[in-house]
Amino acid sequence: MGAPEFQTPPLKEYPVIPILAKDAMAGSRPYVASEKMNEAIGFPGKLVEGWQARAIAKMGELLGKYRSLKVFLDACVHCGACTDKCQYFLGTGDPKNMPVARQELVRKVYRRYFTFAGKYFPRLVGAEDLTEAVLEDWYRYFNQCSECRRCSVYCPYGIDTAEITMAAKEIMDSVGVGQKYTNEIIGKVHRLGNNLGLPGPALADTLETLEEEIKEDTGADVRLPVNEAGAEVLVITPSADFFAEPHVFSLIGYAKVFHAAGIRWTLSSHASEAGNFGLFIGSYEQMRKIALRIREAALELGVRRIVVGECGHAWRVAYSFWNTLIGPFDFLDPRYPAPQHICELTDDLIRRGAIRLDKEANDARVVTFHDSCNVARGAGMGGIARGQFIIPRRIIQAACNHFHDMAPETIHEATFCCGGGGGLLTDELTELRVKGALPRMEALKAVVDEHGVNFMATICAICKAQFSKVLPYYRFDMSMIGGVHQLVGDAIRLGRND
Amino acid sequence: MSAVTIIYACLFYAATAMLVVGLAAKIAGYARTPAPLTVPTTPAPRTRAGVALRMAREVALFESLFRANKWTWLFGWLFHAALALVLFRHLRYFTEPVWAAVALAQPAGVYAGFAMLAGLAGLWARRFLVERIRYISTWSDHLMLALLVLIALSGLMMKYVSHTDVVAVKAFMLGLMRFDWQPLPADGPLLVHLFLAAALMALFPASKLLHAPGVFFSPTRNQADDSRERRRLAPWAAELEKK
Ligand code: HEM
Ligand code: SF4
Ligand code: SF4
Ligand code: SF4
Repeated sequence: MGAPEFQTPPLKEYPVIPILAKDAMAGSRPYVASEKMNEAIGFPGKLVEGWQARAIAKMGELLGKYRSLKVFLDACVHCGACTDKCQYFLGTGDPKNMPVARQELVRKVYRRYFTFAGKYFPRLVGAEDLTEAVLEDWYRYFNQCSECRRCSVYCPYGIDTAEITMAAKEIMDSVGVGQKYTNEIIGKVHRLGNNLGLPGPALADTLETLEEEIKEDTGADVRLPVNEAGAEVLVITPSADFFAEPHVFSLIGYAKVFHAAGIRWTLSSHASEAGNFGLFIGSYEQMRKIALRIREAALELGVRRIVVGECGHAWRVAYSFWNTLIGPFDFLDPRYPAPQHICELTDDLIRRGAIRLDKEANDARVVTFHDSCNVARGAGMGGIARGQFIIPRRIIQAACNHFHDMAPETIHEATFCCGGGGGLLTDELTELRVKGALPRMEALKAVVDEHGVNFMATICAICKAQFSKVLPYYRFDMSMIGGVHQLVGDAIRLGRND
Repeated sequence: MSAVTIIYACLFYAATAMLVVGLAAKIAGYARTPAPLTVPTTPAPRTRAGVALRMAREVALFESLFRANKWTWLFGWLFHAALALVLFRHLRYFTEPVWAAVALAQPAGVYAGFAMLAGLAGLWARRFLVERIRYISTWSDHLMLALLVLIALSGLMMKYVSHTDVVAVKAFMLGLMRFDWQPLPADGPLLVHLFLAAALMALFPASKLLHAPGVFFSPTRNQADDSRERRRLAPWAAELEKK
């Protein structure tokens, strides 16, 4: 629907840096938000009068608020080290998808209005006025960046294109050019507490049905409680976990872990969403407002621990930002003073012998792990260096016998984004999403061919949705993608632990 | 006092002022601007000491660039290491008596001039030969390389082609520093060398050379992975909490 026809790129044996295909993706453009959607979250409804001056003023404001932006716009030497690091460039060949070229869309405007050289010698330094054509380029190409930060790993100054993309989106929102997918969802989370717009009673119903299904499957009374005051743990999980496949299998996995460990937990209908799209549009205020619901829910329910489910960008926000945004968490159990990842909790239980897994249950699976970029490059885990790489793999290897990592230059902090992050997970961007997944698909194909891998585990709701959609384009089975706690859920012993 | 001496004396005072004032203003701006969120890039050290070590590796070895692209790293590192040595060697024109370490570096410093040129040539070649880098190069990128190449070439000219009276040059430089002007020899290569060097100093705070101070202020590199223990509440963000 909406998306033009395109060809899925062939999977090559060795990744090749594409030759430049100018304007190859100039047609890729997400739907703009309606007036109502923008206004609902405090932005002007449509392109405002005098937008140019207002955009420049906003840029000035952001330059005073974010050191990252200020330094990054000055420091780039055009060395080109980042040019072949973005999955969207590798998949599309469009030169404006090279990180430095993407940054340049903002930098040329910054130069023009904020630097001596750009004011007086614009041609020399590539400075340009903020025209309607430039704004249009912004809208297209900043909606072709998943804010995955891969470029930042390789830049000699750590210039993070994601910070620039966020600034550009914030400026666009401030003059009334919002993106539909993200802004509509932010409206929903403010209204109903989750991105899907699922009201409380419907959530309770869904959870009840799941309990019945688990009972039928296993015979055990595994519970999925919601709004239970006095529970020890509040679980904040992406709302896709309530509905979508394969997400829901991980939710079942968490429930079984709590059941087997005998920990009282609850979900909250007030904060029934881990995802925080405020991050994607670069809005500190939106991000904070969305996150505050979680603090409110935790205080109201009187929980002693907060645990976050499988969601990449949510974990970045939770791990790296929550303490600043909605902290301090002085009301939590001093043994768990910071919100935790579900993988930290499960890993700890496995290592203490508090839950037991039967690996044989997963013997039909040959597993690999996709490091979700927001976890890999924007967060940590377990209070140990590289914990976000070690812990999920340790859990997988406790839950199954056959595990193979993909090529080293495609995992850990070098991981490729799935292609659907950063607010791009919308149907009209299908071409971009399919092409952006190319590097990951090539790495996957190598382990499929070599080791017979038939399951790619991940801990991100967007990754799961994105891969379910794009795997078939590359002739993989869409059920290859699943969660780490899906593996745990299938292997865990629910009875007595002896 | 010749006109050349007066012009160059003024030129150097002006260039130094622009460099110092411009850079101080830029650095103050970076330092004043808050970093409101914890955003280090993996693999992020967990302690301040770890951050210092990471920064040292970035500045001395170009660690990230090494991961990214071996050719750029090779040429870039060669150029910068040679530049550092050359600048260090130049201290002999500004110190009396010459520091022992500077004296020791003199022989190696000569080769450094050639190494610097080789590095610059490699970097410049990339701007023509590699399509992606050609695409992102601006006129100012080429001009900056041209400037550095010309500075190096004119410097080497004085060493190998037409000798300059370095004792007089040193007297001129020391004179500038002591506000007791001494005559500057009016040799072509020397005048070119000094003019371009002054231009580089003046351009520094208004150009991409800001990457040198910038790297120290880059939040993705200078922050520790300490978000769970530390709130980074910026003053403007604290205002939101009052609402
Ligand atoms: C803290 C000190 C510095 C560090 C860490 C540093 C680091 C780097 C790195 C990693 C690059 C990219 C690779 C390359 O193209 O060489 C670069 C480029 C460059 N640096 Fe530096 N640099 C420093 C100081 C300087 C100074 C003092 C100058 C000149 C006076 C300079 C001039 C340049 C130029 C002209 C380029 C661009 C080369 C090109 O066009 O390809 N750098 N620097
Ligand atoms: S943040 Fe990721 S998607 Fe955006 S330019 Fe960098 S590598 Fe590409
Ligand atoms: S690696 Fe960094 S400095 Fe080099 S071109 Fe890319 S953003 Fe600029
Ligand atoms: S969906 Fe997953 S891989 Fe993609 S941006 Fe989010 S965390 Fe990264």
